[in-house]
Amino acid sequence: MSAVIDEHGHGHEHVHGPAKGLMRWVLTTNHKDIGTMYLWFSFTMFLLGGSFAMVIRAELFQPGLQIVEPAFFNQMTTMHGLIMVFGAVMPAFVGLANWMIPLMIGAPDMALPRMNNFSFWLLPAAFLLLVSTLFSPGGGPNFGWTFYAPLSTTYAPESVTFFIFAIHLMGISSIMGAINVIATILNLRAPGMTLMKMPLFVWTWLITAFLLIAVMPVLAGVVTMMLMDIHFGTSFFSAAGGGDPVLFQHVFWFFGHPEVYIMILPAFGAVSSIIPAFSRKPLFGYTSMVYATGAIAFLSFIVWAHHMFVVGVPVVGELFFMYATMLIAVPTGVKVFNWVSTMWQGALTFETPMLFAVAFVILFTIGGFSGLMLAIAPADFQYHDTYFVVAHFHYVLVPGAIFGIFASAYYWLPKWTGHMYDETLGKLHFWLSFIGMNMAFFPMHFVGLAGMPRRVPDYNLQFADFNMVSSIGAFTFGATQIFFLFIVIKCIRGGEPAPAKPWDGAEGLEWSVPSPAPYHTFQTPPEVK
Amino acid sequence: MASHDHYYVPAQSKWPIIATLGLLITVYGLGTWFNDLKAGRPDSHGPLIFFVGGLCVAYMMFGWFGAVVRESRAGLYSPQLDRSFRWGMGWFIFSEVMFFVAFFGTLFYVRILAGPWLGGEGHKGVSHMLWPSFEFAWPLLNTPDPKLFPAARDVIDPWHLPLINTILLVSSSVTITLAHHALRKDHRSALKGWLGVTILLGIAFLTLQAYEYHEAYTELGLTLGSGIYGATFFMLTGFHGAHVTMGTLILIVMFARILRGHFSPDKHFGFEAASWYWHFVDVVWVGLFIFVYVL
Repeated sequence: MSAVIDEHGHGHEHVHGPAKGLMRWVLTTNHKDIGTMYLWFSFTMFLLGGSFAMVIRAELFQPGLQIVEPAFFNQMTTMHGLIMVFGAVMPAFVGLANWMIPLMIGAPDMALPRMNNFSFWLLPAAFLLLVSTLFSPGGGPNFGWTFYAPLSTTYAPESVTFFIFAIHLMGISSIMGAINVIATILNLRAPGMTLMKMPLFVWTWLITAFLLIAVMPVLAGVVTMMLMDIHFGTSFFSAAGGGDPVLFQHVFWFFGHPEVYIMILPAFGAVSSIIPAFSRKPLFGYTSMVYATGAIAFLSFIVWAHHMFVVGVPVVGELFFMYATMLIAVPTGVKVFNWVSTMWQGALTFETPMLFAVAFVILFTIGGFSGLMLAIAPADFQYHDTYFVVAHFHYVLVPGAIFGIFASAYYWLPKWTGHMYDETLGKLHFWLSFIGMNMAFFPMHFVGLAGMPRRVPDYNLQFADFNMVSSIGAFTFGATQIFFLFIVIKCIRGGEPAPAKPWDGAEGLEWSVPSPAPYHTFQTPPEVK
Repeated sequence: MASHDHYYVPAQSKWPIIATLGLLITVYGLGTWFNDLKAGRPDSHGPLIFFVGGLCVAYMMFGWFGAVVRESRAGLYSPQLDRSFRWGMGWFIFSEVMFFVAFFGTLFYVRILAGPWLGGEGHKGVSHMLWPSFEFAWPLLNTPDPKLFPAARDVIDPWHLPLINTILLVSSSVTITLAHHALRKDHRSALKGWLGVTILLGIAFLTLQAYEYHEAYTELGLTLGSGIYGATFFMLTGFHGAHVTMGTLILIVMFARILRGHFSPDKHFGFEAASWYWHFVDVVWVGLFIFVYVL
């Protein structure tokens, strides 16, 4: 079987390159075009969400109120979280999936190419709606990215209505994207590419897509209940009518906890390709990696209330969610063990993708350990809503998800652009990011343990020194990402031509096509032995 | 036919961007409308914007689905592509199931945990001190704060209209299966007959549901605002009704396609997907009948 690429709507057999001009991008059905758009959109949102973080860190540079009003500060923390989660991290992984999954499994394109384009374009629409609320009377959403009721219902600004619809649009986009990924993986693998031969990035995305389809509708459900409470007089989250504000948190975190694995599993997959490539050894424990990913996904559905230990969950619930949460350390430990064992006695070199991948393993593990601390219910009573939590989830998201994305970008940039990126600049980007990120987030552990609450524009004097260090680290990390933009543009515009397989230890079908990858690949599927 | 064993990758398409713009305009209009209503601002542009967006979405659906139908009939779709559609529809229905899970979960949480707590029972019974006179019972015929949320005088009797509706929908699941069997045996007139009966059953269900809502609002005082009972009742039955409406429209489109001679005994995934969807709304209804009406 082979593929027909319909260039003129008549089913011509001969194949052209991309269309010319702007409409190429607006109307495209090509997985590489759509992947590229996802990645650029994600990077734009990363800079926007990052600039909001800069506002936050500038205000927290010193105690006292210097730069912004507390009301605006709240909008910044809310928007920073929403944009980074839904605008930066998730679309980056969908972009990587679009580019790489068809190349890795020998498919001609994604299974449902027009729907793929629809999934992408919904995102700019959703974020236009969301970000524009910052300029509306009453201001943008100010209730934190977790938008707990009744802060987000009874006491919300008017813009919450548009926030709700923006979430709906993002949800539709994610669900369609995930359906496309599943259909592609299950139906478009090249002959001989059995499930247990798939690269781990494909496996982790298959499981991520399942999580997305399972929980994005629940998010849609919870924002719909908010909409009803705000505009149609229902009492889902109001005890006065027999409802319960805690219900909001249950439904939200039933979505929210699998969501954090949605943001990390594809990074696990990418790193599982990159570490073997630069260790010049096959991945240690492939099968256990697959099962560990499945186990993490399963556990992610039964741990949600560990976000709610202090809200007043019955003791039985506290114990169940505490132990279930601790269980996640087992499959995650399997993964970390496998990555380290892959490197063990390997012929290691440390090009930029490997630097990011190794930093990923070490720093994500730190984030995992602080997660284990938070999982202990009685200890969490102390940590809850302090900067310790902020430190924890930034350690899993920045050197976890974001470093995974950077590692992937450097690893596959030669395949995308046909040029090698500038290795010296790449390493500089890594070290500045590494130092900036640790400087920004490590002190947050200390101020958190000392009791500094999160989401505050002002704080007690005793936290001043560490906050200043955090802010300097954050500014360093932020500025470094503009440097990353420069590296990528430089790589697109020129540089040493990349061979089909630029990394000698790399494995996989994506390296069997030329660099840059032709506009259409694998119209006749390859045979996989 | 060479193209039959090729995986069809469509050319550039304008429909996704029209769909995006249509949806954006729709939700912007809806949001403006809702906010203006709540703030009491007269002369809202919301309804007009919403209407324009809805037109865009309707235009997109005609255009996009029409293109798919034409491509399918031109023989461009291979069996492999057919499998992509099957996976796609299957996982879409799973996402719908999860949407309803959120509302069923809400119902169970309130009935089993939060409600009794508010009435003073169990581990968190301390919340009883908020409204010490409140007693929890299901159906909820008194709310903690009746001024804010006046409770319903009574609830719908499951053994009248809801029972009839259950019989209607379960029979419609049978009739659509009979239609599917007729299609596979190429009995076109039986196909038209059974599908027509299915559509009529769907419309009858919706009519009775509308009548039931009318009765709830005018005679029982059961409204969206009558506490958590009204909220969960209308949320679950309302979204289910919206899905039945959508399913009926899909079946009507299938009926029109069958009148034009579409579908063959071995190639009719459009019809099959519609019937999957119909079975899904039927199963949800059985859950509703048991957990919302009877228990």
